[in-house]
Amino acid sequence: MTEITMVQAVNHALRDEMRADDDVVVLGEDVGVNGGVFRCTADLHAEFGDDRVIDTPLSESGIIGAAIGMALYGLRPVPEIQFSDFIWPAFDQITSELAKMRYRSAGQFTCPMVVRTPYGGGIRGGHYHSQSPEAYFTHTPGLVVVVPSTPYDAKGLLRAAIRSEDPVIFLEPKRIYRAPKGEVPDDDYTVEIGKAAVRREGTDFTITCYGAMMPVAMEACEKAAEKGWQGEVLDLRTLLPLDEEALLASVTKTGRMVVLQEAPRFCGFGSELSAIVAEKAVDVLEAPIKRVAGFDVPFPYTLEHVYMPHADRVMHAIDEVMTY
Amino acid sequence: MTSDMLQIISESGKALADDDTDLTEDQLVAMYEAMVRTRALDERMIKLQRQGRIGFYVPSTGEEAAQVGSGMVFESKDWLYPSYRVPGLFLMMGASLDDMVANCYGNEADLCLGRQMPVHYAFGKLNIVSISSPIGTHIIQATGTAMAMRMKQNNALTATYFGDGGTSSNDFHSGLNFAGVDKSPVLFICSNNQWAISVPIEKQTASKTIAAKAEAYGMPGVRADGNDVLAVYQVCKQAADRARAGEGPTLIELMTYRRGPHSSSDDPTRYRGNQADEWMERDPILRFRKYLERRDLWSQASEDALQQREKAAVNEAIKRIEKLPPPTLDTMFTDVYAKVPPHLRAQYEELVENEGTGHEADPDAAFPL
Repeated sequence: MTEITMVQAVNHALRDEMRADDDVVVLGEDVGVNGGVFRCTADLHAEFGDDRVIDTPLSESGIIGAAIGMALYGLRPVPEIQFSDFIWPAFDQITSELAKMRYRSAGQFTCPMVVRTPYGGGIRGGHYHSQSPEAYFTHTPGLVVVVPSTPYDAKGLLRAAIRSEDPVIFLEPKRIYRAPKGEVPDDDYTVEIGKAAVRREGTDFTITCYGAMMPVAMEACEKAAEKGWQGEVLDLRTLLPLDEEALLASVTKTGRMVVLQEAPRFCGFGSELSAIVAEKAVDVLEAPIKRVAGFDVPFPYTLEHVYMPHADRVMHAIDEVMTY
Repeated sequence: MTSDMLQIISESGKALADDDTDLTEDQLVAMYEAMVRTRALDERMIKLQRQGRIGFYVPSTGEEAAQVGSGMVFESKDWLYPSYRVPGLFLMMGASLDDMVANCYGNEADLCLGRQMPVHYAFGKLNIVSISSPIGTHIIQATGTAMAMRMKQNNALTATYFGDGGTSSNDFHSGLNFAGVDKSPVLFICSNNQWAISVPIEKQTASKTIAAKAEAYGMPGVRADGNDVLAVYQVCKQAADRARAGEGPTLIELMTYRRGPHSSSDDPTRYRGNQADEWMERDPILRFRKYLERRDLWSQASEDALQQREKAAVNEAIKRIEKLPPPTLDTMFTDVYAKVPPHLRAQYEELVENEGTGHEADPDAAFPL
């Protein structure tokens, strides 16, 4: 076991998969000699060279389109989009091409790959270095959407994603890229895609979360415990396909649900979680579902700390569901 | 048309320049037959659409030379990223008429299981990549495959086809730019048929030629008369040789004309009157036939036999395919992912429970989990 950051975990997962499989290649802006603006691809260029760690021209649609062509031919590309806010020029390639290739060719052509991209606020990055785009991708059949929240999961999920036969959008919560560190085994392990994790067991209410909101949920549960309420934190880890079984099991146990996300509320991923519980488990609910989310505004710069959901705001929602 | 456009056969079928090609007489005749086969298929399929027997079609009438001349240079290890207007290319590469027709019916025999509109073919065994409708997206994908080929150093190449409209797309730019930087073995083949649905080439680009755009990407740009099958072959052969020798990509502009509608849904008289009539006399099939006749490789008798044979072959394929049932209901849920995930299995089961299986689909048939 070694204590490392999520950036290092991502880096080690890439390094280990590239050592194990010559077909794994990394491409993107500044991923080569520079090692990535967040250092996720540090040292890979020195070890694997120009052909496998490719500094591409500055074109997100080009990066994903080229990666699709590589994957179709049998390589296992791991393209990086420098910030998820820059992914939109590639949206056509991702939703019309990557997500549909297997289906539209009836399995004659497939393009397994992992699109890695840092997402989310909390780094003082303004509109274009802070957004949480997960719902755009979870609305697209054919994609797998993964969001790790710990160094252990980042490494294990990324390795599983690289070995997967499906295209994976791998959203990395950059706010917790470097802290906290976490224990990560040095040996070969993976974390199964499609399985949620219970981070804190509780009996009184459930908080669903993923990525950088997981530590916020944990902190809020500490505050709730001071009032004698035991919260359960369900870290979804994979958003699509969703671990619906784990979601329903937790809410059935606690009877109360707080949905936490930093993306805007309206039509956000948490709305789907709320709908699933309303459709399938409304009879277990002892209070209305409460969503804590980003506001329905463009991501602000100076007032970022107000925009981002924090433990006190989550605590307010917990209060509501517990005292309903 | 400018003087830098290669032409080998005149409109009257005379050899204009040195036609000392490496193609054998048998190959020349086979190319002619492929052009006639393409037109026979196109003409029959557009009629089927008019009769309401298939939902949609995209004819390539008048562009047969561009397809067949270029199709001669590929090997089985090469990969193709086509447009939807190259049925003749697929036939040349080994697609059967049954496969082509089944795609247009979208029934259980369709290699794509009816998941896309007609003419959006995919031939996995032939390395002919699935076609989508958004224009230009496949150009950068072709470059990606060619980048992988360069890494593997296996002398294979990729070719991608698009029209003049496609050259305005984002991924024309990224595709040529990435390939130029990487020196990838890829042929960018533009069938400049001068119309993108209703928009003429003058409104598509202010560039004098499409080929001229190559310079900005650091690759050669060449032009040929796209209705002259030998000129098409020659420019494509040279580009393929360069690609296989590790000398990188080429942009090829084939000057032709979209004689028919964009698709079965389009009425070109609304935007271009009878302009297409001028191009009837530049017909690529007629021109090549005259050339072959001058070389005593073709006769009226062989023409009659060929026409009869190809039309019959298309009709027989339609007879075999048309009677087949649609794909089974479960195929709506398979191939979204490598394995059917629980939520899709649940949706399938709910559908069957509420609405039954409709046609011949069997709910108990093996449903791949």
